[in-house]
Amino acid sequence: MKFGVLQFPGSCDEVDALAAARLVGEAELIWHGERDLQGADAIIVPGGFSYGDYLRAGAIARFAPAMESVIDFAREGGPVLGICNGFQVLCEARLLPGALLVNANRRFTFRQLQLEVVNADTTFTRACTEGERLSIPAKHAWGRYYADERTLAAMRDKGQVVLRYAPGQSFNGSLHDIAGVCNEAGNVFGLMPHPEHAVDELTGESLDGLKIFESMRLAVDGAPA
Amino acid sequence: MKARVLIRPKQGILDPQGEAVQRALPALGFSGVANVHVGRLVELDVEDAQQLQPMCDKLLANPLVEDYEVQLLDGGADAK
Repeated sequence: MKFGVLQFPGSCDEVDALAAARLVGEAELIWHGERDLQGADAIIVPGGFSYGDYLRAGAIARFAPAMESVIDFAREGGPVLGICNGFQVLCEARLLPGALLVNANRRFTFRQLQLEVVNADTTFTRACTEGERLSIPAKHAWGRYYADERTLAAMRDKGQVVLRYAPGQSFNGSLHDIAGVCNEAGNVFGLMPHPEHAVDELTGESLDGLKIFESMRLAVDGAPA
Repeated sequence: MKARVLIRPKQGILDPQGEAVQRALPALGFSGVANVHVGRLVELDVEDAQQLQPMCDKLLANPLVEDYEVQLLDGGADAK
């Protein structure tokens, strides 16, 4: 399968995302000014500080030509993964419910975290089991997930809360310790922690992040015979 | 036409910036301060004031978490 990894001015984790995706398939960068998604089977909107996070994180990136194509791709059911700033971009684009706000601790915080898989029956977590813990780093200043209570209740009912910070692990004040959510159709997923930084023993404390990419490969290619 | 858009965190949503400022003021000797909230100010010149509201909904504010108020400055009526 082929991943397309978006690159905005101010992205900084696109190369790590590219390297992680290449552990399970092919992957190419897509410059924000391009509309052509190069035949990608899945899209990754990477972490960083697109357009300097001006106005609100993700607010301006959401209108990039490449994002217009990603919005069409997502509406047609194509899998889209947003990591950190990518999660913020997908929320701003209304492909995902809710918004990310400044951390409750007001600080940019970097920490290796334990996450709990709440829903393992998704395109992005099918290589995991429900209740499994993943050790994945998070690093952000604007990661407090917020949606109104009615939206949250509907999301819980539909299995859209995919990942949660394990008890005591959250530093950002996200409602219900939410770390990652998907859309109602299940083909768009965003999370604040960085699975692409947990795929290699040389540079990460765990390899758990690989499960997200492997899940996507399974969803697109099907399980090996 | 000159316009000013005031953007505030919606009521009831945790505002850590406001809380930090509120805690800092008594430390400087200012007492009796409550309900501090920190928002954003956007000033702009526009040809068509009708466009201000869609601009706010689409880009300048995030209506899920922020309220906004549009003020027209050179004598125009309030657009909101």
